[in-house]
Amino acid sequence: MTIATANPALAAAGSVAPLAGRDSRTEPRLVRFLVIGFAMMFLSVFVVLPLVLVFSEAFSRGVGFYLAALGDPEALAAIRLTLLTAAISVTLNLAFGIIAAWAIAKFDFRGKTFLTTLIDLPFSVSPVISGLVFVLLFGAQGFFGPWLMAHGVHILFAVPAIVLATSFVTFPFVVRELIPLMQEQGSLEEEAAISLGAGGWQTFLRVTLPNIKWGLLYGVLLCNARAMGEFGAVSVVSGHIRGETNTMPLLVEILYNEYQMVASFAVASLLALLALVTLIAKTILEAQIEEGRHVSDD
Amino acid sequence: MTIEVRNITKQFGAFKALDNVDLKVETGELLALLGPSGSGKTTLLRIIAGLDWPDTGSVSFDGENALSRGAGERHVGFVFQHYALFRHMSVFENVAFGLRVQPRAVRRDEAAIRRRVRELLDLVQLDWLADRYPSQLSGGQRQRIALARALAIEPRILLLDEPFGALDAKVRKELRKWLRTLHEEIHVTSIFVTHDQEEALEVANRVVVMDKGRIEQIGTPGDVYEDPATAFVHGFIGESIMLPVEVRDGRVRLGDKLLDLESQNARPGPSKLFIRRHDFALGPIGSGALEGAVTHVRAFGPTHRADILLNTAGKETLIEIDAPRDRDLKPGDIVSLQPRRYRIFAAQD
Repeated sequence: MTIATANPALAAAGSVAPLAGRDSRTEPRLVRFLVIGFAMMFLSVFVVLPLVLVFSEAFSRGVGFYLAALGDPEALAAIRLTLLTAAISVTLNLAFGIIAAWAIAKFDFRGKTFLTTLIDLPFSVSPVISGLVFVLLFGAQGFFGPWLMAHGVHILFAVPAIVLATSFVTFPFVVRELIPLMQEQGSLEEEAAISLGAGGWQTFLRVTLPNIKWGLLYGVLLCNARAMGEFGAVSVVSGHIRGETNTMPLLVEILYNEYQMVASFAVASLLALLALVTLIAKTILEAQIEEGRHVSDD
Repeated sequence: MTIEVRNITKQFGAFKALDNVDLKVETGELLALLGPSGSGKTTLLRIIAGLDWPDTGSVSFDGENALSRGAGERHVGFVFQHYALFRHMSVFENVAFGLRVQPRAVRRDEAAIRRRVRELLDLVQLDWLADRYPSQLSGGQRQRIALARALAIEPRILLLDEPFGALDAKVRKELRKWLRTLHEEIHVTSIFVTHDQEEALEVANRVVVMDKGRIEQIGTPGDVYEDPATAFVHGFIGESIMLPVEVRDGRVRLGDKLLDLESQNARPGPSKLFIRRHDFALGPIGSGALEGAVTHVRAFGPTHRADILLNTAGKETLIEIDAPRDRDLKPGDIVSLQPRRYRIFAAQD
C-alpha cells in the first residue's frame, strides 16, 4: 500500500483495499475469464460462424451470380409471397394484439385466465401441428373442406392457408409484449382523459397508444421476423407449388435439396439479413422502452 | 351547481361499498368526505364523477339526472390521488388536453387554447414548468398541474380523490392552505375525499363522516368535533378515551362501580363512554367519577401527557390524558378524574 496517511481510521479503511481484488462477492479472475471466454466461443461457433458461412457461400460465385439467383422468377415470387404474408399477418396480429391486451389488462371478466393461457398456445405447440390443424379444417376431408370446394374457395395449398398458418403461429408476440406494459400503466390516465371529455377513440389515440407505442413496435418487430421466417406450419399447408405457394424459407429448402447451393444460400442470406436488421432494431427499441420505464417510475 | 345523491347502493362482489347513501351538496361548497379506508368515500366520489355506476339510486346536478350522462358529458373536474398526468405529454399539453379534445363546433382556436393554458398555469403558480414532463416534477407540482388540467374544462364541479394523500407532510400542509384560498377565488362546488381528519376539518366548510358504506354524520367541522352523532364519529375524530360501561336504571356503571355520571338518555344495556383526552378535571381522591394511579408522565409541549391506570373492579385499564402544565404529576400519584364533558352511546350503534 502506497497511500501514507496520518489518520489511523483512514489507514484502517485503506488496508481493506487490497482485498477488493478478492472480494467474496465476485469470482476469481481466472473463473471469470473462463466463463466469459466459453460464452463467447459458444456464440462464435453457433451464431457468428453460420452467419458468416451463409454470406460467404451466397457470394461464392460472385455478386453477379448472387443477383441472378435472387432475380430468378421463382425467387422473386417467393419474396413477394413472404412480404405479402408478413404484411397481412402482422396487421392482423397488431389489431388482435391491442384488443386482446386491452381486454386482459384493463377489464376483469370470467375466463380471463383461460384466455391468457390460450394466447400462449401457438408457442407451446409444434408449428407442424399448427399447420395440420388447418389441413384438418380446410382439407378435402376436413371440416369445411367439402363446402369450400363446392363453392370454389381455395384455402389450403393457396395463399389464404399460408397467411392463416403464419398468423396463428405469430399471434402471441404483440399481445405478450403489451399485457405487462398495460397492466403496469393501469387505466388512470384513460379515466382522466374521459373525465376531461375525450371520447373512446380520442382516448385511445392520444393517451393509450402513445403510452404503449414502443412496446407495440417491439412486438410487431418480433412478430414480423417470425412471420417471414416461419417454416413448419407453412410447409404443411403450402403444397409447395413452385412460383405460387413457396415462401422464402420453403424455397431455401427446395433449392438446397436440388443441390443449387449458391441460389439456396442467396435466398437464405436475405433471411439472415432480416435477422440482423431485427436484432439492431430490437436493441434500439429496448433502450426506448427502458427509458419509458424510468420516466414512469419517477 | 348543487349535487343531490339519493339512495345510492354499490356492491363489489360480496363487499357493500355504499349502502343507501343520501347526500346534498350546495352550490359553492367545499365538502370533505372523511372516513377510514373501505368506508366507500372514493366510490361515492367516482359515482358522482361518472367513473363508476351505482347499483341503485340517483345522482342529479341542479335537479338534472346525471346518471344518464357519461363522465365526459358531466363537466366534472376530477383530480386523482396519483395525479394520472399524461406521461408522454408536456405540462402545457396536459393542461391543454381537455380543450383540445372538445368537439370541433365548440373548440377554441389554438391562440385561445394557449391563452387559457397560460392563465391556468399562472393560477397554480407553475407557469415556468410549461415545457417540462410530468416525470420531471415533484409530487406537489404534479398535483397542482393535475388541478390546472381539471380546471381547464371549466368544470361545474371539482372532485378531488385524496388529493394530498401521496405527498409528504410539509407539502401537504402548504397545499391544504393553497386549496382553501383557490376555492375562495374560483368558488366552484368541490368535494374532496380524505382519510386525514385534520385535513378535512381544516379545509372543508362541511364534513361528511363515512364508515362501512354509510354516512355517519354530516356537519360543519365544529359540529362533528364538538357534537359527534355516533360512537364511530366520536372515536374517529379527535382523540378520545373509550370505556365500556353499562347503563341500567338511568345510571352508569363501569364494571361493578357506579359512576357519578348522567346516562344522557342512552338505551339501557352495554354502552360506550367517550371522553376527550383534554376533558378531564384532575382532583384529590374522592372528588371525581374515576380514580387511578399515574404510571408515566411526558412533560413537553403545550400540555403534558399522563398515563393513568384505572382500577375498576379488578380490571385495569390504561388511559392517556392531557394534563395542564401547572399540575405537577409524578408516577405513583393517585388521582381522581372527573370528565368535564363526555358522551355515552349504546354499544350496538
